[in-house]
Amino acid sequence: MVGFVRNLGARFLSWLAALGRATVLWVRAMSGRPDWQDVGLVVKQIYHVGFLSLVIIVLSAFSIGAVLALQFYTQLARFGAQEAVGIGLALVLLRELGPVVTALLFAGRAGSALTAEIGLMKTTEQLSSMEMMGVDPLKRIIAPRIWAGLISLPILTAVFNMVAIFGGMVVAVNWLGADAGGFWSGMREGVEIWEDLGKGMVKTVVFGLLVTWVAVFQGYDAPPTAEGMAMATTRTVVISSVLILASDFLLTLVFYGEF
Amino acid sequence: MRMRTIEISVGGFVLAGIVALIFLAVQVSGVNTGGASQTYEITARFDDVAGLRERAKVSMAGVTVGRVRSIEVDMSWGDAVVTMEIAGEPGNLAADTGAKILTEGILGARYIGLSPGGDEETLAAGDEITETQGALVLENLIGDFLTNMGKS
Repeated sequence: MVGFVRNLGARFLSWLAALGRATVLWVRAMSGRPDWQDVGLVVKQIYHVGFLSLVIIVLSAFSIGAVLALQFYTQLARFGAQEAVGIGLALVLLRELGPVVTALLFAGRAGSALTAEIGLMKTTEQLSSMEMMGVDPLKRIIAPRIWAGLISLPILTAVFNMVAIFGGMVVAVNWLGADAGGFWSGMREGVEIWEDLGKGMVKTVVFGLLVTWVAVFQGYDAPPTAEGMAMATTRTVVISSVLILASDFLLTLVFYGEF
Repeated sequence: MRMRTIEISVGGFVLAGIVALIFLAVQVSGVNTGGASQTYEITARFDDVAGLRERAKVSMAGVTVGRVRSIEVDMSWGDAVVTMEIAGEPGNLAADTGAKILTEGILGARYIGLSPGGDEETLAAGDEITETQGALVLENLIGDFLTNMGKS
């Protein structure tokens, strides 16, 4: 029993210490004014983190939009309200599915790669040799990746939403034969620019912050062994997925909860 | 050379994001009504607004001409004061314009329907509509119906 409590306390303390290290890492990487010399580094990271994620984002968005439209259509057709597919699709995507699914895909596609890359750099002592040369690896390696994630995820989410609505339109209008005018005008009537699009974008920025933070920290903090890196990569995906869903609930509560 | 392709790809990526945002703002949210359009506010008192919400539409002859800005209760009179913004210059509504709370379909959202008046004078910004009719509340209707049934 005593052993159990001691074990629990030790785990909690090590978790707390990790949180502390993660915060210090983030603050040290992001504090101070950004160096304009490093814009090239950020661009390169946006290419890896954002541009290369476009394919998976576009493919998933199209199929999710199509599936949503199919489900909405079959249910709404029973009430003769096929045109409401447009508004339903747009609200679901802009408020919830767009930010969340994009962030989950981003965590799997880009977050894990970030962790593995930084973990390997640490294992092969590239980070320590940078320090020896008087280059701060936090500014040179970590900061550009955090910025790239923060910039890329909102862009990916916007692309996701656009493609998903397009995919929904293809299914509902072009295939199943809902009225195109009602589809778009219902959407325009019911969607508010700040209430739906704006708040969704705020969510996506928060998710970008969480995913990059977790990914970068897990890589930087990984034990320098093959096993440690494997664990760190897994942890990145698991922790950031849970954080995305939990923070999504909190944000939805704050944004839309009426109580 | 390699860096250049990366820069071009990232430029295209950012451009795609901007295009997507503009598409979402214009085509999906429909912000084309913003900007230059002018509005003014008028108020109306209703005995019951049951289910009317802020940003509900205000329509005349079935065409949306404004939105509900705020709904407050006047405790001393026990009625609801609804402030709405009407599109256009002050003076496009007659002084004896009536306001009614209506429902879209049977289960639809509540909105305000304006019925045109014949007065020469017009409503200025901040004026109050006096001829109002509150929402029909189903429970009250059923209650009335039952008591009338009992009498006859």
